[in-house]
Amino acid sequence: MAISKEEVEHIAKLASLNLTEEEKERYANDMTEILEFANMINSVNTDEVNETIGANENYNVFRKDEIVQTVDKETLLQNAPSQEDGMFRIPKVIN
Amino acid sequence: MAREDYEIVMGLEVHCELSTKTKIFCSCPTEFGGEPNTHCCPICMAMPGTLPVLNEKVVEYAVKAGLATNCKIARNSKNDRKNYFYPDLPKAYQISQFDLPLCYEGHVNIETPDGEKTIRITRIHIEEDAGKLNHDEYGRGSFVDLNRAGVPLIEVVSEPDLRSKEEVEAYLRKLKSIFEYIEVSDCKMQEGSLRADVNVSVRKKGATEFGTRTEMKNMNSFRSIVRAIEYEANRQIDVIENGGEITQETLRWDDVSGKTFPMRDKEDAQDYRYFPDPDLVAIRLSEEYIENIKNALPELPESRKKRYLEEMGLTEKAANFVTASKYYSNMFEEASKVCGNPKSVSNWIMSDIARILNEREEEPEELKFSGKELGELVSLIDKGTISSAIAKKVLEEMFENPEMPSKIIEAKGWVQISDEGAIKEVVAKVLEANPQSVADYKAGKDKALGFLVGQAMKETKGKANPQMLNKLFLEELKK
Repeated sequence: MAISKEEVEHIAKLASLNLTEEEKERYANDMTEILEFANMINSVNTDEVNETIGANENYNVFRKDEIVQTVDKETLLQNAPSQEDGMFRIPKVIN
Repeated sequence: MAREDYEIVMGLEVHCELSTKTKIFCSCPTEFGGEPNTHCCPICMAMPGTLPVLNEKVVEYAVKAGLATNCKIARNSKNDRKNYFYPDLPKAYQISQFDLPLCYEGHVNIETPDGEKTIRITRIHIEEDAGKLNHDEYGRGSFVDLNRAGVPLIEVVSEPDLRSKEEVEAYLRKLKSIFEYIEVSDCKMQEGSLRADVNVSVRKKGATEFGTRTEMKNMNSFRSIVRAIEYEANRQIDVIENGGEITQETLRWDDVSGKTFPMRDKEDAQDYRYFPDPDLVAIRLSEEYIENIKNALPELPESRKKRYLEEMGLTEKAANFVTASKYYSNMFEEASKVCGNPKSVSNWIMSDIARILNEREEEPEELKFSGKELGELVSLIDKGTISSAIAKKVLEEMFENPEMPSKIIEAKGWVQISDEGAIKEVVAKVLEANPQSVADYKAGKDKALGFLVGQAMKETKGKANPQMLNKLFLEELKK
């Protein structure tokens, strides 16, 4: 199963990446190889295996509904490149 | 072709914030408001290396909501990531549910002019809310507040079973009322804890295929939802009538201009690349767990309605009206207990309380007084302490100043005049001033009595006991 240049462009757009022509070619090849590698799993016979949800066999790992506040606002915002009035300041977003 | 030849087809996606104490995947409070970024932690701010842990109450509340809307409950469920970029979504993905929602295949019944109608519910799933973006007027930037990020939501998806704006409103009010009764959400539209996206399409009546649909977002009141549907359905009909085609797109409703606007680049087909969240494990619900929740469900509106009809003597209309809101229903029960006159209590709720709320553009949950006050008000009328005209004034006052009615009456000097001597004096005065009406009455015009009573009421500023007035006027006129 080969990944086309158009598919790379679509994925790049969804990921907000600008790729050069050379990168698009290279990623199309890389992604094709990755898919082929992952497709090996399809050759395993799973007729006798139950369907699983996720790779972890654990289930029902829950938390109690109790408030715990650990970190204050100043600490949370300390690495923000820009902040104002206790909020992260970012380039203006229009709808 | 006329508009009447078209049918509107709608389905709803209703988002409802759950009233858990903490967020869905971390222990921060969900409380509305608060200084920006004070209900946050490294998890809901998506700091690298943090891990989500699911709040057990979120599962419980979602299952409650599913059971109360006749859904099947999944025995195996999981969380998935929905990927998209937006600055109010710090992880750049929303943890939601894709192919294994907690609840599926349910329904609720709504009242329509043609009788009861069933609206099917496709699914209910759990997910996290996004943060809030603030914009300033000077274009200096946008400001991100993540207090709401990670607040638990259920999303209730309906089948395209709705055919009019009235049905949409009835369906939404029904969901709101059910979720309020089972106490999984406070459903405050004005605080954004209940939000609806509406999928709208139109087709010619009798057509079996659905038309192309648009999805409208950003409506935050019943009024704007109804207006938005009206606008969008008309817009689509105009496009079709002019030979055009509807484009499938997401629209933003603008309440100020009363129009819808495209939200995204149309070529950007939605592609969320859902996949199971590897940070979270499967949810497995046992029969026992589901059965326990089912048994603990509080009384639902349908059952309350039955009780009001059979045990409290309300009419069908009154029982429907009162049970439509938990707040009305609780107020009704409390007030009826206080005064022992459920019929009168339901009348006050249906007529004056609903009217005043409507004028104030408020919802029943915003009522400042309780059934205790309303019950006393009805008792005071029944005992003859105040007339219903005065009671209306007291009620208006209770909206501003939620005191006990007896206190309001005392403070305002509104106690009804039931002293026979005082009323006789007023009657005599009115009879003397209106000889024509007296003659009219004696000539067989019964209406003249009403006029005389009205004059006496005016004279006493509405404080005279109306039964006594009637009685004394009749006695005098028969002389």
